[in-house]
Amino acid sequence: MLGFTSKQLFGVGIFLFMIFVGVPLIIGATGRWDFYFTLTSVALLAIASAGVWLTFYIGRINIGQGAFALIGAYVSAILVVKAGWSFWISLPAAGLFAAVVAILIGLPILRLRGVYFAMITLVLTQVVTLTALALPITNGAKGISNIPLPSGISVFGIPILPDFAAMENTRMAFYFTACIIMTMTYAALYRLVNSRLGHLCRSMQQNEELASSIGVNISYIRIVIFAISSFFGGLGGAMFGSIAQSVYPSSFQVADSVNFMLNCFLGGLGYVFGPMLGTLVLYFGWDLLFEFGKYQMLIYSTILIIIIRFLPNGLLSIRLGKGGDK
Amino acid sequence: MEQIIANGVYLGSQYAMIALGLTLIFALMNVLNFAHGQMYVIGGFVTYTFYGQWGVPFVLALVMSCVTLAILGALIEKFLFAPVIKGSAREESTMLLAAGIAFFLDAVILIVFGEKQRGVPKVVDGVFNWDFRIIMPYDRILICVLAILSIVAFIGLMQYTKTGRALRALAQDRTAAQLMGVNVDRYSMIGFALGAMLAGLVGGLLVTITGVNLGMGGPTSIKAFMMVMIGGAGVISGAIWGGIILGFMEAIGLALLYQYGDITYLLIFVSLMIFLAIRPQGLMGKPWG
Repeated sequence: MLGFTSKQLFGVGIFLFMIFVGVPLIIGATGRWDFYFTLTSVALLAIASAGVWLTFYIGRINIGQGAFALIGAYVSAILVVKAGWSFWISLPAAGLFAAVVAILIGLPILRLRGVYFAMITLVLTQVVTLTALALPITNGAKGISNIPLPSGISVFGIPILPDFAAMENTRMAFYFTACIIMTMTYAALYRLVNSRLGHLCRSMQQNEELASSIGVNISYIRIVIFAISSFFGGLGGAMFGSIAQSVYPSSFQVADSVNFMLNCFLGGLGYVFGPMLGTLVLYFGWDLLFEFGKYQMLIYSTILIIIIRFLPNGLLSIRLGKGGDK
Repeated sequence: MEQIIANGVYLGSQYAMIALGLTLIFALMNVLNFAHGQMYVIGGFVTYTFYGQWGVPFVLALVMSCVTLAILGALIEKFLFAPVIKGSAREESTMLLAAGIAFFLDAVILIVFGEKQRGVPKVVDGVFNWDFRIIMPYDRILICVLAILSIVAFIGLMQYTKTGRALRALAQDRTAAQLMGVNVDRYSMIGFALGAMLAGLVGGLLVTITGVNLGMGGPTSIKAFMMVMIGGAGVISGAIWGGIILGFMEAIGLALLYQYGDITYLLIFVSLMIFLAIRPQGLMGKPWG
């Protein structure tokens, strides 16, 4: 089917079975209901990390995804609370708004490369946080709280999506929603990487001048990629705000932007599913170490350093043998 | 007006020192050292322990800060950065390592020194008051002078010693430096140690005025990144200019816009982004460094 090997299809099947059937069964058996929230967060952060990974794919280090996640969270919250939109319409709207902002900001800053781009995106996160503090519509440091849960959608009287507020177990509902969006995101990412656009991105990653000289419209492609990347960021952020039912300027900070980037590094920049694995390991690992109290950070960072020391090309590089191809 | 200038000089000299260490490490190894702010905080805590708790003379405590951070920096370079740079397919992997080290140092600070705000007794008492036009405590003036002296000493070291020449050669072209017989591994380590030492020194200096606490690391790193960007990444003189410019912008902004709170920083960030969009390599950087 569509050039997939049976092994790949098998792997995807196992993965989907695990997240949609396996995880609820395990959680039901062990009674660790809090894992739903953790895994939902992992899924949402993985969506935003997918965006960061995409900017890595054109050779840019993006430490600004927190900015777009915050923008998405605020747009969705404002649309739901102040304009009375349904959450399900505000979700793509948040993504699109983030993408439009990305195009406007990207036009000048995508000319930068290397650490310059990395640092300006880092500053961008600060700018958005401070803007959220200063603007009246975002309600300053108090943020927007008491965001209603997503309402149901029905077309011609047939319910398509249930009303979250009427549900007993919203955590599970959010988990499934997040997983569905995450699966769609990564399917889209995989499709994009293996399309003509993906090949053009790879040529840009290696050498922009060369790509440009053989007729690749690099300025157009990098804007498109940055917009898609920020769309994912806005999507993840909006969903996050809806689960927490509140948005503050501190919801996504520089540390979060850095974490999004770390997820990609840890999973491996050469693999589409790297950011997903990286997010799972980093976020879930952090959560599991909670029992160690004040040594949590110490153990976590030690493991992180050991991983990068011995697997500098990411976790998924294990199967390629040592060192990779330099 | 005079007060603003005095504050600007004071802030600028501190900032320039922080930026110098960061830009040195960047120039030599192409590493964006996320842990720079944490190194600064450790420097502050070392001086706090020696000077504030054990009553060692201030200058000796400063030296201890420098020595501790230099050793720490050398070890980090030798056992972490050097092997990772050799083994990774993409140079940016060092950013993950740097962030990991930043987390690690934060954790160590939390366990060893706790999360409380710490301060030390004043080094010198009294306030300099020039006709109410410039009001500045003497210890701030002392710290400012010490910072400027350290910057001068650092420039002297880079310009006129053998080590400095080797470091500059390394920053310019790694391969060429190696061909000319510079021991690249050794001088990378020395350079990293020197950068870390500068962070420790400024941490030790500032602990006498602002005190020190766990949460200062991250924001300091971001400020240092900004200064480096203003001046141009990997350029020594650029870092000094960046520090001075940021110091003055903050001093002016805080004086004129103090009633609006964080608006100053928002304006600084936005103008920085506009500036970088027009001149991506900063004031004196080489393009696409």
